[in-house]
Amino acid sequence: MTEGLNNPDIPIPDELAGSIAITTLDKIYNWGRRSSIWPMMFGLACCAIEMIATAASRYDLSRFGMEVMRPSPRQADLMIVSGTVTKKMIPVIVRLYNQMPEPKYVLAMGACASGGGPFKEGYNVVAGVDKFIPVDVYTPGCPPTPQALLHGLITLQKKIDKQSILKVNWYRKEAIPAIPIPILGPDLIDPRDYEKIRNLPPVQEESTAEA
Amino acid sequence: MTENVEVPKELDATIQSMDNRFHDIVTLDDRKSYTGYLVPVENLIDFATSIRDDLGYDYLSSVTGVDYFPEEKMEVVYHAYKTSGGGALVFKVQIPREKPEVPSLISVFPGSDFQEREAWDLLGIRFSGHPNLTRILMWEGFEGHPLRKDWKEPFFEEEKKPYKNRWPEGGVYRIEDEVPMGKNVKYPLGFDPQKWTPEEQTTFKEDMDSEAGDNGSNGSAMHTDQIVVNLGPQHPSTHGVFRMVARLDGETVVDLYPEMGYLHRNHEKIGERNTYIMNMPYTDRLDYISSMSNNLGYALAVESLMGIKPPERTEYIRVMMVELTRIVSHLWSIGFLLNDLGAFFTPALYAINERELILDIFEATAGSRMMCNYLRFGGISRDLPDGILETVRELVNERLPRKIDELDTYLTENEILRSRCIGVGVLSKEDAIAYSAAGPVLRASGVSYDVRRADPYSIYERFEFDVVVRYNGDVYDRYLVRMEEIRQSLRILHQVVRDIPEGEIQTGKALYQVRVPAGEAYGRVENPKGELGFYVVSNGKPNPWRYHIRAPSFINLTALGKMCKGEKVADVVAILGSIDIVLGETDR
Amino acid sequence: MYGIGILKGLGVTLKHFVETYVDDFRWLGKRYYNEEAYAVRQGPKATGIFTVQYPEEKLIIPENFRYLPFILYEEKDDGSIEDRCTSCGICPKICPPQCIWIVRSNDPETGRPIPAPTEFFIDIDICMSCGLCAEYCPFDAIKMDHVFEIASYERMEHHILNKEQLSKPVSYYSSIQPKNFRREEEARVAKEAAKAAKKKEREAKKAAS
Repeated sequence: MTEGLNNPDIPIPDELAGSIAITTLDKIYNWGRRSSIWPMMFGLACCAIEMIATAASRYDLSRFGMEVMRPSPRQADLMIVSGTVTKKMIPVIVRLYNQMPEPKYVLAMGACASGGGPFKEGYNVVAGVDKFIPVDVYTPGCPPTPQALLHGLITLQKKIDKQSILKVNWYRKEAIPAIPIPILGPDLIDPRDYEKIRNLPPVQEESTAEA
Repeated sequence: MTENVEVPKELDATIQSMDNRFHDIVTLDDRKSYTGYLVPVENLIDFATSIRDDLGYDYLSSVTGVDYFPEEKMEVVYHAYKTSGGGALVFKVQIPREKPEVPSLISVFPGSDFQEREAWDLLGIRFSGHPNLTRILMWEGFEGHPLRKDWKEPFFEEEKKPYKNRWPEGGVYRIEDEVPMGKNVKYPLGFDPQKWTPEEQTTFKEDMDSEAGDNGSNGSAMHTDQIVVNLGPQHPSTHGVFRMVARLDGETVVDLYPEMGYLHRNHEKIGERNTYIMNMPYTDRLDYISSMSNNLGYALAVESLMGIKPPERTEYIRVMMVELTRIVSHLWSIGFLLNDLGAFFTPALYAINERELILDIFEATAGSRMMCNYLRFGGISRDLPDGILETVRELVNERLPRKIDELDTYLTENEILRSRCIGVGVLSKEDAIAYSAAGPVLRASGVSYDVRRADPYSIYERFEFDVVVRYNGDVYDRYLVRMEEIRQSLRILHQVVRDIPEGEIQTGKALYQVRVPAGEAYGRVENPKGELGFYVVSNGKPNPWRYHIRAPSFINLTALGKMCKGEKVADVVAILGSIDIVLGETDR
Repeated sequence: MYGIGILKGLGVTLKHFVETYVDDFRWLGKRYYNEEAYAVRQGPKATGIFTVQYPEEKLIIPENFRYLPFILYEEKDDGSIEDRCTSCGICPKICPPQCIWIVRSNDPETGRPIPAPTEFFIDIDICMSCGLCAEYCPFDAIKMDHVFEIASYERMEHHILNKEQLSKPVSYYSSIQPKNFRREEEARVAKEAAKAAKKKEREAKKAAS
């Protein structure tokens, strides 16, 4: 893994080759982060079972330094949204996301977390977790096999590799605003949508009518 | 297997002989292909008490409602069984759709608690006399009762699948681009979110037992305050998104109630829009650890409506898959029970290791590790591939017995496990029956009830196996029941791989649009978690009119509060682990 | 004696530990990235703990494995391609979550439908990988793919697949599912032969009468 760390543009004297590596700060910073992504121990539905199987010995997440599943969001770097996100659950998910310290990543595992999946038409289902929290990597599949999840995680590592310490938003002065937590009213209310809800066309009446 | 046959004569006779009290009141449901009795609303409690005490139908399996929309009536359907075995006694109450209200059966069958709440939540049927008739799957304050036929969700496209705009003019679109909010939401007319104030979220239901701890039940005379602790919905040992609200006195649980619905995926609403075959892959996602058994339950229900039977070879393959599934599920459950006890991951790793080998078989046969979607009506989707039977033989005859013994040595005699589990979370025999507990939970409490024996389906009457029973009803006994059931499953599998015949795998032609005659059917199977029932009502159209699932994980939770009372908070986690719930099934 | 149970249990852990290393020695130097060792270690004969070194090596994917659907086209000898799909509409009708959209167009001259899809869409954010479309397709035109390495950073663009993205040659299908392909081809040949025989018979009858 250290081979990738060395910057080939800067020549190293032969007698020192193999003992030292010259690298950029970005590279070593990203290398450290990508090799120790701690996911949050948090399963939603069917995909969670495949996530656990990924952490088990046959696929072994620890080869990527990701086996340290943290039950507390405060210690986690990665939220694997593993399954169908329901309206009843989304306030919890958003709150957990807000509680995670930066830098934080979200991997939408499976069709349900990406876009609602087979249950999209359901009345209690959120059509994709990205309607509420930003998602970094989408892993299609229903459910993604452990290898597909690993591929998703490797894709995430590649994303981390491309980040630069100068550009990332968590070292800026201004605070990163928290995502407003949805409220469970007559239906799910996203505080960001207040204006929209008030100005809803009256066509709604028809579909709201209840016997 | 199912109840779509003529009412057995002797059953009819018992009803008639029932001291003639109900002779003139209770009528036989004489709609075509319907069974059971129609009971007037005012006699319901009397009738239920009477069948429990006089006829021995002591186990209320399923309670559900059906909305016969244009007819302006609703029906509540009850399925009761005898724990000594045999077929169902189905009784129904018909009520006007305008004001659906029936007396709650909770005083006769406490197991109806959650199911009645579910019927209230989804269908708006009021159960008078229910002590806590609140929403259970949706949240309090949600607008409407979604399973009513005239209730439409925000992403509503068409009444029935297949949708007409998919073909031949299928211009692709995302449904969120077509609805006003761009989200799966809708609000009452003129709703103003900023003027609206949320109802106060009650963390604890009011009638909860709050006195027990106040007089110093912890032995000291010191007055201590009770605290309310929420476990979940995000909690590593709640086996998914499940929440337990516990009132604690120190470390002792004074009262506890489960809060669910965090994974309510509207299975039944979607299922009533689907065609019959479309529901098959959806059943995979109920109890997603044992998808093959779910398939079987649904296939049995629909097959009994259609009046077909699968060929011999298929029956064997089905039993083989279902028993392998049982092993998978029990291994998983044992591994994670140990996780909950604090033996983090090593026992689970060993269990998952064996599970993977079985999943490989599923993957090679059905095509997917978890979501098998293998069974069809009157058949299976494809025959076993070459060489897979040899792998199964090797697993069943060589490897698994050895590995199960190893797991047994590893865990069963472990002193820590024994002291954490023995005497914890006790559920008495009477309570287990009353709360309609099923599966290993019921059998660990000393009730020898296994649907495979009590009401055999498929070809289970051909196989030799024992119904595993333990008598203490604690966490340890549930663990032992599961361990022994793996062995019994291996015993069945041993006979299956020995006897499996060659031959056809499909009765009739595999059609993408099956014809299901009108009627009702209740197909039930012994799932690894307990009795799984599918109540299907057909009106002869391509889509089921009512599609209800009696989910063992859901109903087993009715007894959770009872089991946890008086235990330490750390044991609550173990007790939950020993019930072995899967949230996909609990919330559906 | 108290503690025996724990000791026995620890013995099992030790056994697993040792077995894994014994296995290492048995397959010394060729434990990983080696088809033969790997096939044994994935199956019921394995001893010790087996870990697949993904992404360097991958598990053997069985033929019937299904991930996402794709549609097939025939490559003709003259280099042209022909869709197997006739846009008969069975797959959008059976798809449980209704994630398949097919556009069929009519021949401008005759007004009759063209037996090929003009467009074909699958929304993989909805697809539940159930395989019913592949199972009930009467023309073997839609099959389940084995490709699972499709994670992406974006879904709005990537997750609705169109006909171009979905189409794969029959040769690809025969390479991932050789046995299924062979069986289907045989069935097709047999069916065509039966059809031809029937036709012949009919003609013979006609001639006779």
